[in-house]
Amino acid sequence: MLTATEIVIPAPRELTTKPRRSDQIFRGVVTIGGMASLVILGLIALFLSLKGIHILREEKFSFITTSKWEVITDETGSIAGSSFGIGAMLVGTFLCALIAIIVGVPIAVLSALYLTFYAKGAAKKFLVSLVDLMAAFPSLLYGFWGFFIFMASAEYWAKLLNKYFGFIPFFDVPAPIFERSPFIAGLVLAIMIIPIVTSISREVFDQTPLDRIQAAYALGASKLAMIRAVVIPYGRGGVIGGAMLGLGRAMGETVAVYTVLNVVYQINWQVLFGAGGNVASLILLKFGEAGPYEVDALMAAGLILFVLTLFVNAAADLLITRFGGKGR
Amino acid sequence: MSIENSDDNGTEELHNNDKAVEKNMQTQVTPSSLATVAGNREVRVPGSEMLGIGLETRGVHAWFGKKHVLADVSLDFAAGTVTALIGPSGCGKSTFLRTLNRMHEFIPTAALAGQVLLDGRDIYAAGTDVTKIRLNVGMVFQKPNPFPSMTIGQNVLSGLKLAQLKRSNTDDLMESCLERAGLWSEVKDRLNEHGGALSGGQQQRLCIARALAVEPQVLLMDEPCSALDPGSTFRIEQTISELAKTMTIIIVTHNMQQAARVSDYTAFFLSDGGPGVMVEAAPTSKIFSAPVDKRTEDYVTGRFG
Repeated sequence: MLTATEIVIPAPRELTTKPRRSDQIFRGVVTIGGMASLVILGLIALFLSLKGIHILREEKFSFITTSKWEVITDETGSIAGSSFGIGAMLVGTFLCALIAIIVGVPIAVLSALYLTFYAKGAAKKFLVSLVDLMAAFPSLLYGFWGFFIFMASAEYWAKLLNKYFGFIPFFDVPAPIFERSPFIAGLVLAIMIIPIVTSISREVFDQTPLDRIQAAYALGASKLAMIRAVVIPYGRGGVIGGAMLGLGRAMGETVAVYTVLNVVYQINWQVLFGAGGNVASLILLKFGEAGPYEVDALMAAGLILFVLTLFVNAAADLLITRFGGKGR
Repeated sequence: MSIENSDDNGTEELHNNDKAVEKNMQTQVTPSSLATVAGNREVRVPGSEMLGIGLETRGVHAWFGKKHVLADVSLDFAAGTVTALIGPSGCGKSTFLRTLNRMHEFIPTAALAGQVLLDGRDIYAAGTDVTKIRLNVGMVFQKPNPFPSMTIGQNVLSGLKLAQLKRSNTDDLMESCLERAGLWSEVKDRLNEHGGALSGGQQQRLCIARALAVEPQVLLMDEPCSALDPGSTFRIEQTISELAKTMTIIIVTHNMQQAARVSDYTAFFLSDGGPGVMVEAAPTSKIFSAPVDKRTEDYVTGRFG
């Protein structure tokens, strides 16, 4: 018998391997691909920062808290004074995106459930490709459709909401102007994000393990009970991820919002009232006629939007790891 | 062969001796010992306890698309008995099992002919509520499939929630189901952990407990031990023997020893390239000692399959 003192415990060996040449090359290619997106993202952030940082230094917090956007020039055309604030645009960005998520995600999840568990055969194939096609539609078309066709109905709904729920501050209006409101822009955004959220949710629902579905049915579950007990817990993470992708798209959306919304430089929380804006549409609105100094201010606004989007995505990742893993 | 026979003297102890079972499983067992195993086990007389309800099939055929996979199976499962369905892969025994609680129709192209009578009533009759059938005919699958989003306790009671049943004392029900599945002592202090934290064998017993909670009259088991180690297999076989006192059990197994150990009746299925047919059904000891059909004999003596 060996006693403890007699056993010589060796130091762990270093485990190495000599990769094949082909593996090394492939590894290089994949690494370049992976780093490219990171580098591009970093360069964009760097560019926006370099251009916009002096504006942020001058305006400090008032850049995000105030809502005045003007450049005062004297007779010679040189800048006499300026004031930049995107408070109203930030509020508008949040409001429109929030409305889009609240309206769009439930509809998208129901469509995804329908496509996965109820639609059959050729109808299913047709609908799935239609939804994917809608996700790739240019946003300008959604904007035009929203402005020329959808506005009338949405305005009517807004009036109804105001009439019956006007006691809630959000649904109150200072004047009876219901056209081109954040509410309508939010609805157009909702319709824009439904396809992408549907598409992602459907793909997650589709992967629900068959043995769990069968286990639920074998216990006497109806289809509804099975979906609630098995599919929703399994797909929750994916649905949240899809919703956040939709949120990102809604927050960054430019053309559709610009077309539908009446851009006003004043913070407006009353979603039914025809005044608002979002950061991206502000940039689009001002970019064409802006002088170099104002362009820098727009870059600063872009930087804020960039950071905001990154933040939302990080929050989404956190949400998915927090609530998504449980049902897997 | 003679060595194995001497080993079989100990088969009576099999049901309460873990080690003996493991040893038995690791060694190559010859056909004659299967007959001994089957002969030595205590024979349940059908209907002697009158618990559970019986199941009968009349001329069951099954198709997947154009492919005819099962032909003309008529079998009776008496209340309170254990029946093993054996046969080589692809003989239609699992398909047959899945026709007994209408799980067959979940495969998109699946079709069926014939009748399955539960307590004398055709479960495929028009206007039947399928969920009610499945409450009466429970199922345990080949791969343990607890719901990972639920705790151990929630898993046991999941059937109540899924089928919207009301029970007054769910804690007692949970305990008794886990007890009957032979899992209570192992999990009673960790009911709030997630089902995935258990070992494979424990997960399978959890699935059995889950199936028991809705109080089925018939329990279908589709190769419940094929993914498990010998120790877990032994525990589940014990559980089956316990459960057979109160319900009708039908078990598909690739393991002939298992069939010999746990079942009162055995049905042998075979496909010769065409649809699977039921070749022979008889008391288990007879199937393993004196099968009528030559093909059954060839299979149970290990000449093929």
